[in-house]
Amino acid sequence: MKKALPVDVVVEMIEPGSILMIGGFMGIGSPHRIIDALVEAGTQDLTVIANDTGKTNYGIGRLINSGQIKHVIASHIGLNPETQAKMFSGEITVDLVPQGNLAERIRAAGYGLGGVLVKTGMGTLVEESKQRVHVNGEDWLLELPLFADYALIHAHQADYLGNLAYQLTATNFNPVMAMAAKKVFCETNEIVPVGMITPNEVITPGAIITELVAMPHRHH
Amino acid sequence: MHTTLNPNEIISRRVAQELSDGMLVNLGIGLPTQVANYLPKDMTVFLQSENGLIGLGTRPPEGMEDEDLTDAGGAPVTAIPGAARLDSVFSFGLIRGGHLDMTVLGGLQVDSCGRLANWMIPGKMAPGMGGAMDLVSGAKRVIVAMQHTAKGTHKILNECTLPLTSQRAVSLIVTELAVIEPTENGLLLKELAPGVSVETVIAATTAPLIISDRLSVMKLD
Repeated sequence: MKKALPVDVVVEMIEPGSILMIGGFMGIGSPHRIIDALVEAGTQDLTVIANDTGKTNYGIGRLINSGQIKHVIASHIGLNPETQAKMFSGEITVDLVPQGNLAERIRAAGYGLGGVLVKTGMGTLVEESKQRVHVNGEDWLLELPLFADYALIHAHQADYLGNLAYQLTATNFNPVMAMAAKKVFCETNEIVPVGMITPNEVITPGAIITELVAMPHRHH
Repeated sequence: MHTTLNPNEIISRRVAQELSDGMLVNLGIGLPTQVANYLPKDMTVFLQSENGLIGLGTRPPEGMEDEDLTDAGGAPVTAIPGAARLDSVFSFGLIRGGHLDMTVLGGLQVDSCGRLANWMIPGKMAPGMGGAMDLVSGAKRVIVAMQHTAKGTHKILNECTLPLTSQRAVSLIVTELAVIEPTENGLLLKELAPGVSVETVIAATTAPLIISDRLSVMKLD
């Protein structure tokens, strides 16, 4: 069994300079309470790997506004003008990665692959400083694994073993990120007794979850 | 120019004719999304949203949104009965693995080989490619749905001045003036919008056009 911890206790474990993966797609399925607590804690010099940086001061955008992020690896920053402004001014550096390549690079890290061979990005700016590999008579682009120190993810439900079930399009990058980090912190819409999430419904098994974030108290 | 339809309606109606029953299709954000409004009612098309859904439905009525059900732009949507949720790895496996029959995307520029640029204006706008590079590289058919010029500035050029989205040529370009197909010999002008002349299209296009000997008028009803 896992005891769910208060969110401020969880984010205290994250050292300055850490590499974070943060789940979510435009804030949908992002761990908003963990992000808020991280802003509160003020942990600096973070590298964030995520699909996007949310919107201005929303979702991952909160960490952009607070100036805690020095490097971003993402597929899309178009809906957050603040990220673009800080990129153009040199305050943060951004690697833009095609969304499918990003998913596969995270998967490669989590699934023990030395890299993946893809067509996406060949002959474009994405190919810069990457290796081409000739296999079965065809050229491929070698994309390398992306590892993180911490995956900060969101799920719909957890049980007290840390088994996770996800909801609709809030699923997105969360399951694959749970595989690719040394430690996995998860917040959820609810935590239910063990057994309530049936084996067929479990997408991420609790065995790979490091800490669960306790629910805010609703009944006072 | 068609007298009653605005440019985006012309483009959406014409692109809708490229879809057929049973197809798995990804419609990009913006103009391409409007294509869904012009599909025949009795046609079953599986619309994919790359953030993790097959079976994308219409916008929900106000007050009936689900926070965990959005399109790739983060806007609330519905899922049709029989829809399926996908995580990002699976979603892009569908795209990259050749399972997606068609994608419809907007465009900033297309070159004389049919290669698309639609993700970046250096120094000005760097939104990122999102899923566009995967879609153009992986979908079985790629249709560019865009206005023919940007307020008079040509978009169909000999060579793109903006960074390319993929080396792979797109399958078809649909604008409010014309339907153009990239071929081995160059860009083939296949259809004209009602009331539009060949000269008008040529004057709005920098890349050379081959005029099809079966040139026809778009059917928009």
